[in-house]
Amino acid sequence: MPEAEATNVNKAVRATGAPESDVAVTEGGQPAEMAASGPVPGKPRSLWSDAWHDLRRKPSFLISAGIILVLLVMAAWPGLFTSVSPRSGDLTTSYLQKPELTHFFQPEWLGYNQQGQSIYARMIYGTRASIVIGVSVTALVLVLGSIVGMLAGYFGGWLDALLSRITDTFMGIPFMLGAMVVLVSFDTRTTWTVTMALAFLGWTTIARVMRGSVIAIKQSDYVMAARSLGAGTGRILLRHVLPNAAAPVIVVAMIALGGYITAEAVLSFLGIGLSDPAISWGGDINRAQDQIRVAPHVLLYPSILLSITILSFLMLGDAVRDALDPKLR
Amino acid sequence: MADREPILEVANLVKHFPLTQGILFKRQIGAVKAVDDVSFELYQGETLGIVGESGCGKSTVAKLLMNLEQPTSGTIKYKGEDISKLSGRALRAVRRNIQMVFQDPYTSLNPRMTVGDIIGEPFEIHPDVAPKGDRRKKVRELLDVVGLNPEYINRYPHQFSGGQRQRIGIARGLALNPEIIICDEPVSALDVSVQAQVINLMERLQDEFDLSYVFIAHDLSIVRHISDRVGVMYLGKLAELGTDGEIYDHPTHPYTQALLSAVPQPDPEVRESRERIILTGDVPSPANPPSGCRFRTRCWKAEDRCAQEVPVLAIPERFAKDKGGVAHPSACHFAEERDVVHA
Amino acid sequence: MSIEMTKAEVPGVPLLEVRDLHVEFHTRDGAAKAVNGVSYTVDAGETLAVLGESGSGKSVTAQTIMGILDMPPGRITGGEILFRGEDMLKMSEEERQRIRGDKIAMIFQDALSALNPVLSVGYQLGEMFRVHRGMSRKDAKAKAVELMDRVRIPAAKERVNDYPHQFSGGMRQRIMIAMALALEPDVIIADEPTTALDVTVQAQVMDLLAELQRDFEMGLILITHDLGVVADVADKIAVMYAGRIVENAPVHELYKRPAHPYTKGLLESIPRLDHKGKELYAIQGLPPSLTAIPQGCAFNPRCPMAQDVCFTDTPPLAEVLEQDGGPIGGRASACHFWKETIHG
Repeated sequence: MPEAEATNVNKAVRATGAPESDVAVTEGGQPAEMAASGPVPGKPRSLWSDAWHDLRRKPSFLISAGIILVLLVMAAWPGLFTSVSPRSGDLTTSYLQKPELTHFFQPEWLGYNQQGQSIYARMIYGTRASIVIGVSVTALVLVLGSIVGMLAGYFGGWLDALLSRITDTFMGIPFMLGAMVVLVSFDTRTTWTVTMALAFLGWTTIARVMRGSVIAIKQSDYVMAARSLGAGTGRILLRHVLPNAAAPVIVVAMIALGGYITAEAVLSFLGIGLSDPAISWGGDINRAQDQIRVAPHVLLYPSILLSITILSFLMLGDAVRDALDPKLR
Repeated sequence: MADREPILEVANLVKHFPLTQGILFKRQIGAVKAVDDVSFELYQGETLGIVGESGCGKSTVAKLLMNLEQPTSGTIKYKGEDISKLSGRALRAVRRNIQMVFQDPYTSLNPRMTVGDIIGEPFEIHPDVAPKGDRRKKVRELLDVVGLNPEYINRYPHQFSGGQRQRIGIARGLALNPEIIICDEPVSALDVSVQAQVINLMERLQDEFDLSYVFIAHDLSIVRHISDRVGVMYLGKLAELGTDGEIYDHPTHPYTQALLSAVPQPDPEVRESRERIILTGDVPSPANPPSGCRFRTRCWKAEDRCAQEVPVLAIPERFAKDKGGVAHPSACHFAEERDVVHA
Repeated sequence: MSIEMTKAEVPGVPLLEVRDLHVEFHTRDGAAKAVNGVSYTVDAGETLAVLGESGSGKSVTAQTIMGILDMPPGRITGGEILFRGEDMLKMSEEERQRIRGDKIAMIFQDALSALNPVLSVGYQLGEMFRVHRGMSRKDAKAKAVELMDRVRIPAAKERVNDYPHQFSGGMRQRIMIAMALALEPDVIIADEPTTALDVTVQAQVMDLLAELQRDFEMGLILITHDLGVVADVADKIAVMYAGRIVENAPVHELYKRPAHPYTKGLLESIPRLDHKGKELYAIQGLPPSLTAIPQGCAFNPRCPMAQDVCFTDTPPLAEVLEQDGGPIGGRASACHFWKETIHG
């Protein structure tokens, strides 16, 4: 697992661990000096809307969200950005043609590859694979990891022991190596196969973070209060535990999203990601490496876009984490 | 008072938390004796104060009374029915009558729910208390009862101050029209000027709705103010039990005396004239309490007998005929009156 | 400048003086004015209690003196902090560090989080001597044992290598006191030193602190919300509300006849231990938000005596006199109607 991801997980866990220690401090004590700020009530402001209020003023959020928005549009309607097909190539006229950097958004803008296909068009059409895989892996991982983490954290006991050991086992498998082993066994690899392979190995982080937050939250006074009212397990999990455990998990998932896009690119680069004729950045980067001396642009531009995409998701996750951090409230 | 039927009757209540080792194969290596043989009664409309220092088991008693923990042994009878063994529908029915107010107003309200949802949740769990169309109105009424503006119904908890949040917690506790409210340190997290407001509110509500309170706190002055009877706990056991006058003006247990004398009083005149008992050492661990009387390790009166015989909580024989305040249950072999409060 | 020089008493100059201090915090709702012109002094051998509720600015003032204020979001917008007549806010960082380490020490409310959990208590105590006095490891440890004895930790020699979590709450607070005492400072600032402790342990720790203060002739600034603790140990009291001092008084005077409606309300709102009493007097309303402190007197929305003038003019901290106009000494109140409050 990438280093950055691991440290972010720790931060998220620490943030949710806070309620426990707070209780200990206030035992027979006095609330922190800055905690009191008189009768505020203006408009109803939920924690989410407070976070949104913060985010709107953050340049790092605005930039990353803007880029991601453009990428999403690209993925959904690539035809809006270019009129040429990414598959049509004319080897006679445009074999490895150099970029025309002033011809913005034209097929020849970023040059042509060895098949004579427009690199710009291929980058636009490659977005879909990366985004679809990134988003659907994240969604699957969120669902699977949250369920496992919530069950383990809330019920504890033997169920926790069992689920945690399973999680540990999966965590022990090196992410990339595991994905390779799984994918090599498929002859044709579609978006769907790659997604499943990555999700199969990626849910453990979310499960751990979820379990940690749920353990902290289930001991909180408001869960006690709900239990003493006679609330059933379903209500407690859905109304009290899940909404409060969600924030750190969502942050971790957002940051991980960048990692899944990387993973897809790396797998495609190694030739065990999406198989032809699918268009993906990783695959294009792979094919470009042979001509790196003659035509570095074939490698350069898809790589830059890949980096920008990953960076945007990391920045977004980071900004959201800061906005949701209860310590800053 | 004795001829009335108690509304809540706690008998020989014990709660041990097992200490375990190992991850997959747990084995018990001991137990924290959080509550060890505690008995008391609560009558309709009265307030029973329970005081003690941290780790004495008073919060565990609250959780046991609320059925949030299962007792190791002993019974908790509500109107004659043992509620500690109930579950499912029967337990839910009992819960309507026993509610709780928590210590920390910052953690006892779900930060993701609006005030209206928090106070309205009891009605969703017990739909028969208020028909659906009435709930919003009920919540507004409750906000008004606890002295909050009903317009705040859509606000979130973090928009309120500590005192206001505690009022929200009280409103939630009142929603089901309970007969008993267990208050676990309800004002200790609040500022002094706000504490008085909340205490007054609780007293007003008690009169208005004929509530019975079990008021658990470490602040002895507040407990005296609000309680009709007071129990003093030490290391999982009740050391002394009596009316507020009996406990504060005629304490007979050495621990109560030390506790009372240690309270800093807001009166500089008292500081020169008052006798103070400074205990040595700390409270022993409830995982390994002293034999016999649990207070003996810090007690200046301790003799061999205290290490061998567990003193029972009963009116000491030599005071039995006394008409003053001394004739009340005290778990000490050498109980004797000593006024430590008055200068 | 030698150490002897700075130690010397300068006649007429207080040991530590805070003068017209202003501190703000940047928040999303605008500037929170946490401290708005606070002035107080403390002399050797004297205990000043700073009394206030949360948000009154009592802790922020102390943190500013100690230089542990988080900046940003905090900002010192005015005032002076004079140590033996020299303004610490104008000193170089190096000079300031020397005074804060050597001359002024602080005791925190939560000893467990103030001590480093992975270092032994003896090491942390000894560190003070190694860093500030350049002692050897062995000498420093011996000093640590001596200090632990001084704060009456039983079996100090055996326990010197234990870790913070192995001590009880009361013992940890003693270790904090030992740490603060290590370099024999001139001033100790104790921020709610006993709030997290149980009553019986509280009494032990407070007694110890008072005794050590007498022995070392230190100035003690005791920051607390507990009127009982104040009555037990303080010589003089500064009552704070919404970032200002609203009343100054010697301890006996304050409890006998408060000269500010806020102090009066506080005293009447706490239940008594020695008799049951009827309904408590409750100050109505809530402390103001520091981002929107009321105009005029900050206490005006909660004050039973408020008149028109209270909503327009901020009352100065004026000297309080006897009914016949004679001086009382050491008393001041920031109320337009202090005469009515104290004399009837």
